[in-house]
This record gives sequence, structure tokens and C-alpha cells, in this order.
Amino acid sequence: MRDMQERGIMSDQLLTISGLSAGTEDKPILHDISLSVGAGETHVLMGPNGAGKSTLGHVIMGDPVFQVSSGSITFDGADVTELGPDKRSLAGIFLSYQAPVEVPGVPLYSFLRTICQMRPELKTTARKFRTRVGEIAEQLEIDQNFLTRELNVGFSGGEKKKIEMMQLLLLRPKLAILDETDSGLDVDALSIVSRGIEAYRQECDGALLMITHNTRILERLTVDRTHVMVRGNLVAEGPASLIDDIDAHGFARFEEALPQKAEA
Amino acid sequence: MAEATENTRKKSQVADVDRSLYDFKMSEEGYERYADGLSTDIVRAISEKKDEPEWMLEMRLKALAVYEEMEMPANWGPSIERLDLNHISAYVSPKTKQADSWDDVPEDIKNTFERLGIPEAERESLAGVGAQYDSEIVYHNMRAEVADQGVIYTTIEDALHDPELEPIVHEYFGKLIPMRDHKFAALHYAVWSGGSFVYVPEGITLPYPLQSYFRLNAQGAGQFEHTLIIVEPGADLHFIEGCSAPKYYEANLHAGAVELYVKDHAKLRYSTIENWSKNMFNLNTKRATVGADSIMEWVSGSFGSHVSYLYPTTYLQGARSSCEFTGITFAGATQDLDTGCKVILNGPDTTASVDTKSISKDGGINTFRSSVIVGRRADRARATVSCASLMLDDISRSDTIPAMDVRNGSASVGHEATIGRISDDTILYLMSRGCSEGEARTMVVNGEGAIG
Repeated sequence: MRDMQERGIMSDQLLTISGLSAGTEDKPILHDISLSVGAGETHVLMGPNGAGKSTLGHVIMGDPVFQVSSGSITFDGADVTELGPDKRSLAGIFLSYQAPVEVPGVPLYSFLRTICQMRPELKTTARKFRTRVGEIAEQLEIDQNFLTRELNVGFSGGEKKKIEMMQLLLLRPKLAILDETDSGLDVDALSIVSRGIEAYRQECDGALLMITHNTRILERLTVDRTHVMVRGNLVAEGPASLIDDIDAHGFARFEEALPQKAEA
Repeated sequence: MAEATENTRKKSQVADVDRSLYDFKMSEEGYERYADGLSTDIVRAISEKKDEPEWMLEMRLKALAVYEEMEMPANWGPSIERLDLNHISAYVSPKTKQADSWDDVPEDIKNTFERLGIPEAERESLAGVGAQYDSEIVYHNMRAEVADQGVIYTTIEDALHDPELEPIVHEYFGKLIPMRDHKFAALHYAVWSGGSFVYVPEGITLPYPLQSYFRLNAQGAGQFEHTLIIVEPGADLHFIEGCSAPKYYEANLHAGAVELYVKDHAKLRYSTIENWSKNMFNLNTKRATVGADSIMEWVSGSFGSHVSYLYPTTYLQGARSSCEFTGITFAGATQDLDTGCKVILNGPDTTASVDTKSISKDGGINTFRSSVIVGRRADRARATVSCASLMLDDISRSDTIPAMDVRNGSASVGHEATIGRISDDTILYLMSRGCSEGEARTMVVNGEGAIG
């Protein structure tokens, strides 16, 4: 555990979003978003369904479906607003998808090997890599047989999320955005995925931006900041205790407080 | 941001077939070019120029009548509306005699084939070469040691002038593909010109392939070559056919016919690399009949043309004969390729194996049609059809239309189709793990290619 003081001396934020508005070609979704995440911090982004939380995650990752109309995204000291998702990934941003795609024909193991070998800091021998994958598979209770199967093809929702966690632990990003990683998981899978997140926090000292509307997965994490999004606007920011407040009272008061005109 | 979105949204990085190799045109100066469209006069003129036997002229005239009587194919495959036969010249010939030495071939035609690498391939790896330029064969030659074994590789025209070969041509020409097969078969028989006649005597195995290369240089012209191959019992031949043309705005038409006779205990491999330009209507007909214990292999690569209708057909007549069809088609922007194959298993214990892959990108359309017919006598016949299609983006199309008609209870027929599309979501997923867009597409294409 690091104390607040230690974190205080890190003047530069890892991720700084300022005045960001974005949407699809015909529909604005995010309005004037500003948000900062310091290195190693854990942030939670909450909000009702359809608030634009996932969109923000995708925009930070660089999904070309969304276009930024104003504002900027700075990551690790560099403006990444114009970069494609591949460059952002190599810079240290990771997005765990709410519904990871199935990629027929691409075996999981060779996929993992490929995405690690393309990063100079992760390059390693085939043998060491195999050992490392074996450790993570054990940690996340992933059957070894999955490694030879096609990436996510026919995997259950829980298995897909475990595979996302496996990539998170292999890639060791500086920032992990977890988009509804807890949704649709049973108790056992949820506990395994939580273990994966904890391992990432401890082993990689990475920052987390958790997108969720469920507070259960947060129970085992020390949350630094909580952000609330309603209709594409960030309407509140506060300490971890904000989560308990939302747990008890829901989003109603935030929704009422946001003037309708902001919806644009 | 606009620029970045543009960069990351580029539809695909899988390159088009490099057409620069084929897209060069030569002057048509000094050409003999018949009037566009069709008439009895034109048909007679072609026949007269070739100094044909009477039966061939009669066949041409009959075919012309059939052509005029038959309807255009409707409700079948891609549109051929843009093809106006009144604006296609049936016969266009460079003013040159057929040569058996490249030195005797006119300079610009020789250059054309040099650029296509034909003389080089001939020196290095072929037993014989025929080169057709528009309507006529301009070069034909075969290695002496192959000729000494009695192998005949010449043009149909020359065979018709040879008293020993003329009866053979008469016996086989037009028997496998009847002129009433479809309108373009009738057209073919009315105006055919050029092509190859190959005869491999009993027991002879050719050490190298023979290759015929068809080049259509003239604009708004048709190419109607006829290929007739007879592989006698116990003989073995690999025949390669290559096609290309420079791109014009006007439509060009290719309506060739290929008739292959494979006798007992024989083997024929027929390979085609077709790279017509994207103004070409490729309406080609190919058919093989196979005797007992014989093997027919098709290797078919279709990369060019605006519209293709191509379904090589194999009749497995003899017991234990087999057919293996391997095809790959690539359809890019403005291409609508309707390809496939047809196998008729008539003999007992015959086997057919069809394996095709197609790739479409940038709005290209691939349709794969297979037809497997197992006849009543074909006890224990076995056929498998496998077809893998891949679309490289969200705007391309791929369809698979398998047909099976099994009339023997002991036969087994299987069909397997895999269709994949590289969706934008897949590309995003792989890119957000660090792959560039090109790497992401390559990963999926290679993966898909590896399936099965």
C-alpha cells in the first residue's frame, strides 16, 4: 500500500482527458469530459445504462467508430488523441472488452505470443513465455486446453473475461480500462476475475479505470476516485465513499441535477 | 482527429492483385479486324480465312443459327447487361504468321510475351508453349524430345490441315460441350479461333507441362479459343493455361471452350491462372470426361475479369476414376465472380474432392456454386466439397450455393462451407492488443486460411 503522500509527489498524471467531446458520425455522445488518473491509481466510473461509460472507454482506446470533436487525451506525457488503437496499446493502454470478439482460426496461445513478442519490453524466450502463460492459466483457473483453441471461439462469457485478464497480466499495461468486466459472471468466475485484477494491481502497479454499475467487484479493491456519468456528462467526482452513497440511493439525484439542455 | 480516423478506418491493407504486370497495351496497327457483331458473312469469312474443311463451316453456321435462336441466360449469376454483343468484334488478328521461333514473332507481340515471362518459362520449365494474341496463335513450339515420342501440340487450325489429325479433330471437337449447352457455347462454335490441340499417345508421360497463354490485346474484342486435349490410355499430361489482358473501358468478351478426354489409366492436370482485366466478361466453358482408373486434376486460379461464369465440369465415367478440383478466387472492387465446379460421378467407386477458397474485398462479390451428381450406376462413389470464403471487410460479399443429386444409395457425399468475415470489431480488438491494422488482417487471413 502506498500512502497519499507518496502519490502526492507524482505531479504528472498518467491519463489526462480534458474537454473531450466525442460521438459517432451522426450522434454526439460524450460532452466536455475532463478526468485524470494518476499512475497506479484505481478509479471507478459509474452511471446508469446508456450513460456513455463504455463509449468513454472505447474513445480512450482509440476505437475509430467514435470521433473526437473537441478536447484531448494525454497519456504518459504524450498527446494520443490522434493515435490509432495499436499505438495506444503499445504506449500502455489496455481495454478489457465487455463482449470480447471471437477470432476464428487464430489459436489463443499463438495470439498471446504474438502480442507479447511485438513489445520490446516483453520479448522473451519461447520457454519462459510458456512457463509464464502456465502460471497465469493456473492463477485464473484456465484449462490448458483452451490455449490451443481458437481465440474466444465458443468460449462462455466467464471464460472470455478470464482470457481478457490473462492478456492484462501478460501485457502489464500502465493503465487498464475494465469495461463491465463483472457483468454476467457467476460468483466463482467473479472471484477469479477479481483475483486477476488484484494480481495486476500488485504485480504491475498499474492504474485502473473500472467501468461498472455494480459495486460488488469493487469490494476487494482500494478505490482512489469515483466518477459519475449521466447522459454523456461527468456529473460528480468523489472519494471511494461515493460508491456507498450510490449503492444506497442509486443515480436518481445525479440524473435530476443534470439540466436537460446539456444533453444537446 | 479527422486524419487519424481516416487512417484507422482504412478498409483494408491486403493489397490488390498487382495488375501493372498485365496492364500494358500494344498498338492495333496493321490488324485485320472484322466488323463488330455477328453475321453469316463474318462466320464464312473466318472459316474461309482458315481454309477449313466443309464440316467445320457447316458446324459454324449451324452454331450461329442456334446462337440466334437461344435466349440470353436470365436469373442466373451476375448481370451481363453491359455486354453488348453488337459491339464486340469476333475476329481480330495481328497480321503475322504463326512462328516456331520467338525471333520470327513481331517485335511488339514478342515484347508482350517477354513481359509476361512466357519465353523464359518455356526455356526453364515447359515442354512446349503456345501463345495466342487476340484471335490467332502467334507462336507454337515444343521440345524435340517430346515431339519424338509422338506427342502432338499444335493449333486446331493446323490439325485440321493435317490429313492424319483432321479425322481425330472431327471425332472429338464439339462432342463434350454441345453447341446447345448455352448461348455462349453456340457463339463459341460459330466464331471460334485459335486455341490448342494436344494429343498424348498411349503410355507417354510428359516430363514437363505444356502451356498455352492467351493474351487479348485489342479493345472491344472477343476471344473464342478452343482447347482440345486427348490423353490416351496410360498417358500423363500437365497442361497450363494462362490468360491476361490490358484494361479498357469497353467490354471485352472471353468465351472459350475446353474439351478434355482422359482415357483409362491416364492422368491429366489442367491448371489455369486467369488474370483478365476488369472490363472482361469471362464466360468460359470447360469439360472433361474421364475413363477407368484415371485421374483428372483441376487447379483453377481466378483473379481477374469484371464478371466470370466458370464451372469446370468433370464426367467420371470409368470405374475408380477420380477428380480433384482445387480453386481459389479473389474478387476486388467492381468484380463479380461466379465460379465453382460440377462433377458427375457415373462409374462405380469413383471419387471427387473439391476444395475451394475465395477472398473478397473492397465490395467484391464471390459466389461459389458446386454441383455433385451421383448416377445410378455409381456404387460406393464418394464426393466431398469444401469451400472456405473470407470477406476482408464489411462491404464485400460471398455466397455458397451447393447442389447435390445422389441417385445411388451406397454413395456418400459431404459438403462443408466456412464463411468468415473480418469485421471492424475484430480489427479493433486485435489493434487494441498492439497489432497494426495490416498485422491484424494478416493474422485473421492466415488463421482462416489454416482452417481445415
